[in-house]
Amino acid sequence: MVNQLLFLYCALVIIGTALLTVRFKNPVHSVLAVLVLFFHMAGLYLLLNAEFLAAIQIIVYAGAILVLYLFVLFLVNLRQEVKVERFVASHRLSALVSICLGICLLAILPFFKLGAKGNYPVGRIEQLTHTKAMGLEIYSTFLLPFEIAGLILLIAVIGGLVLARNDKEVAENELSDSPSAGTCEVQE
Amino acid sequence: MMTIWSSWIWESKNHEHCLPAGESMHYLIIVLQIALLLAIVLLHVAYVTYFERKIIGHMQVRLGPMLVGWHGLLQPIADGIKSFFKEDIIPEQADKPLFLAAPIICLVTMLTSLAVLPFARGWVLADINIGLLFIFAMSSLASYGIILAGWASNSKYTFLGGMRSMAQVISYEIPLGLSLVGVMMLSGSLNLSEIVAAQGTSLFSTYLFPQCIGFFVFFIAMLAETNRVPFDLPEAETELVSGYITEYSGMRYAMFFMAEYIGMMVMASIGTVCFLGGWNGPFAIPFFPPFWFILKVYGFLFLFIWIRATLPRYRYDQLMALGWKVLIPLALLNIFLTGLFKVLVS
Repeated sequence: MVNQLLFLYCALVIIGTALLTVRFKNPVHSVLAVLVLFFHMAGLYLLLNAEFLAAIQIIVYAGAILVLYLFVLFLVNLRQEVKVERFVASHRLSALVSICLGICLLAILPFFKLGAKGNYPVGRIEQLTHTKAMGLEIYSTFLLPFEIAGLILLIAVIGGLVLARNDKEVAENELSDSPSAGTCEVQE
Repeated sequence: MMTIWSSWIWESKNHEHCLPAGESMHYLIIVLQIALLLAIVLLHVAYVTYFERKIIGHMQVRLGPMLVGWHGLLQPIADGIKSFFKEDIIPEQADKPLFLAAPIICLVTMLTSLAVLPFARGWVLADINIGLLFIFAMSSLASYGIILAGWASNSKYTFLGGMRSMAQVISYEIPLGLSLVGVMMLSGSLNLSEIVAAQGTSLFSTYLFPQCIGFFVFFIAMLAETNRVPFDLPEAETELVSGYITEYSGMRYAMFFMAEYIGMMVMASIGTVCFLGGWNGPFAIPFFPPFWFILKVYGFLFLFIWIRATLPRYRYDQLMALGWKVLIPLALLNIFLTGLFKVLVS
């Protein structure tokens, strides 16, 4: 019973904060709504006995990625409320579309089936500890997908490096080309 | 749809059973333990500030606080009462909800990490399997308090302080985490009690010696993570007034202060647990098992204060270069060496 209530709470907060993220006008407030959302995602993982994933969710997403988002927000604009043009001009049309989508989602729900049970029932995970169970699985059964994911990330890192280097060189070349190099500001 | 929900809740109701009388007693005891821990830690915060002023005073050939009580012993209590009754000023242009929330975020995250620290065998509030990760998670969240304080105050100095803190915490969290990976590899656990148990009881079996590179990286990253001298750029008083806390006053200022000192204690405890063998000492102390643990934490706190009295502040680019170009490669090297050692031994 307690578990169900906790799940209900987490689920409701996740939906609520997700809506708030879109509704807030100030981007910093939106980021904070996402922060609360990540917290409750971690809560859902905990309810599933996946404590390692819960910790990683908070460390990586809340502690690193969202902070970087804030950083970018601060660098881009300070306390300016963004005015965005309406995506769909008519109010009624957008309401209709979203209600239809909502009905579709609700209609799909009853067809949801639990998947087949795997090798790791709750008792075994508790005995092994979740961290160890995940490590064993990742480095034995799912080694190839894991390595592929690593390779993709490596490509992204190298790509970022190359892009940053190019910009810097261009900026330096422009600086040395222009006659008033001393007074010119570095162009991004 | 409704039938699914109702059957689901119904099923769970059938499994429900009443709490036995012993269970509610158990929760009462946990609440009492939490209250006791909070009281002890907050008292420690008060007196760490006292000893900081005293020690720095004596190192600079001054006396430090002397007037309130014998040798100024009641000074922290007087300070606490003063900050409690001071006017609470909120700047007009501040983002009010975030301005009010920032010190609470800082303090709560720091207090939460106290829950997983093992003070002696069995003296731990929550003996969870991911203790070390939990501490990382909480310390990374504490940076939100600082960032938000800097942004919500709507002032140049606080904003610069917040930005610096953000960059610093992101950069130094990586070496901090990597430096402890060696400890995780040797002990094979993330549970803090098990890490202590894996180190054995003698001084030479602690991880201080096999993990000396890890300890070096950890120590420097710890100073940076807690925003202490020589890495106290977020609150550099000579250039930023007092950084992200410039606009705060009274009790809210005191909350940031408490968060900083509790952060120091948590980091000192992690250092003690992971590298110095936790509660184990040369001989067992009867009736008070956490004696050695507390002594080691005091040692760390003294080091914090000693460094503050000795070293000048780093320049910002030096700070970044140290974190990314020295500490992270060293921590990676340490992981590689530890892995190599483990393979060769087994």
